[in-house]
Amino acid sequence: MSSPSSKQGAPLASEKRETFSSRKLFILSAVGSAVGLGNIWRFPYVAYENGGGAFLIPYLVAILCAGIPLLFLDYSIGHRYRGSAPLAYRRANRKTEMLGWWQVLICFVIAIYYAAIVAWAAMYCWFSITKAWESNPEGASGFFMQDFLKVSDDVNVSFDFVGRIFVPMLIVWLITMIIMVAGVNKGISRANAVFMPLLIVMFMILVVQSVFLPGAVDGLNAFFTPNFEALQDPAVWAAAFGHIFFSLSVAFGIMVTYSSYMKRKSDLTGSGYVVAFANSGFELLAGIGVFAALGFMAHNAGSSVDEVATSGIGLAFIAFPTIVSQAPLGGLIGVLFFGSLVFAGLTSLISILEVIVAAFQDKLGWKRTPATLVVVLPVACISLILFPTTTGLYLLDTMDAFVNQFGILACALVLVIVFGAGLGMLPKLAKHLNRHSSIKLGTGWKVLVGGIGPAALGYMLINEVQSKINESYSGYPLWFNGVFGWGMAGALIVGAVILSFVPWSKNSKINDPEFEEHQQNVEAEELPDPVGKEY
Amino acid sequence: MSGVAIVFMIISMLTIWGGLVLALINLSRHPEKDDDDVIETAGATGNNSL
Repeated sequence: MSSPSSKQGAPLASEKRETFSSRKLFILSAVGSAVGLGNIWRFPYVAYENGGGAFLIPYLVAILCAGIPLLFLDYSIGHRYRGSAPLAYRRANRKTEMLGWWQVLICFVIAIYYAAIVAWAAMYCWFSITKAWESNPEGASGFFMQDFLKVSDDVNVSFDFVGRIFVPMLIVWLITMIIMVAGVNKGISRANAVFMPLLIVMFMILVVQSVFLPGAVDGLNAFFTPNFEALQDPAVWAAAFGHIFFSLSVAFGIMVTYSSYMKRKSDLTGSGYVVAFANSGFELLAGIGVFAALGFMAHNAGSSVDEVATSGIGLAFIAFPTIVSQAPLGGLIGVLFFGSLVFAGLTSLISILEVIVAAFQDKLGWKRTPATLVVVLPVACISLILFPTTTGLYLLDTMDAFVNQFGILACALVLVIVFGAGLGMLPKLAKHLNRHSSIKLGTGWKVLVGGIGPAALGYMLINEVQSKINESYSGYPLWFNGVFGWGMAGALIVGAVILSFVPWSKNSKINDPEFEEHQQNVEAEELPDPVGKEY
Repeated sequence: MSGVAIVFMIISMLTIWGGLVLALINLSRHPEKDDDDVIETAGATGNNSL
């Protein structure tokens, strides 16, 4: 609950830092952030392509050796230093503030295009009822590219707006803004408390409906049949680590921000295990639902599952509409599927925006409402200028690919190197995690974060740099990928360095008596050595 | 579905959903603690004045 601080006279003066009112709400919000579009449209195909049932082995190894340890790193920084990403990193070490701003800028880029996909999914809920794509002679593919997005032939940046995308995007931004203005407890927690149960129920109905479709068994057979030879391929292991890393929302600054709103005596590791396994549990459910539906699609087309299996935008906006048209009660399948995308997307978008809002709230020392508006309004405007246009898809595709690899992945690599080998802070952070947690961390965690983490992330990053240098991404012109891919990724780093040199005013949260008190309490509580079970 | 696919489906469900159940059981065995302050903060900052 927020109450005015001693600076209550000033209209913009800051409030007491909010905390999630219960552990359940933190977990729901963290799961809401982790469960996003990728769980539904990316995981099923990644698993299928990389060994089917046998993918479970690298997947579990990746969760336990990289995903959860990195999640705990985020939790420890956010919870120990109790601030938005830039402030928490700065409090950990003045020189690492830049990492926080890098994450803020990464979240800015993701937020501006993420809202577009949520808006498309919302429109497709309606189209599932009207079966709008059946009017196009080329079917769902022709409808999506020509009639809906009106994609230009030129890979460029145009301001040729498409009204049917602009309006739903505007609505998405308005809903998001209302949630963000309401704050952590009245906005983020409540939204997740409503959207997450709704998402799970809707998706479960979708899965039950899908598995009873004719041909569904063939889809499940394709999804679960193990290919053990794939396990000898390092690319399969890299795919597992890469997927888990993006799926768990680690190194975005999101978990740093959310954990900063947890109560001081929170069970960080116990909650983290629930979040990680809930995220994976949802992915598994998505794999079953999506491949059952793809099995039906293949059955209807008289082809094999291999020929229809796809991921991402192709799966959601081309394959699923085809399934919706052909399946019994197809309209319901469509509403459930696209509705799930909307709720999964919205809860993730909220968490992405919270990284930026919290950073500016700390930096400016303002109240929630003005700080939110000063962030969300410009972000929404930029999003609404760039993406509901005939070239929005190209921009989205390039920005998504480059910000993921050369934003998040690169930032994560720097983070684990700096906090591990660089500053040697892992023992201190492990000690913090162990203070009130049910599962204690020991040397294993430090080795995984400081050793396995940099090795796995470094390997993935080198692979990505090589592949992006060797061929033009998606066949787009060099200048386009240069500006919106490489240029954008580079600009994030330059921007982060600049922002880290902007001085913190006396109104900012840099000198926060509330934090001083927290710090004293934390230090007073510190245990001499970890006790109990070790990770 | 082939036998091996069924086996792998069951193993996947048991490990991932089972992992979630275990994590939830672990959490339920460790109830939330109150954030009562450890130290007396001299010169309270005025945050609780309202």
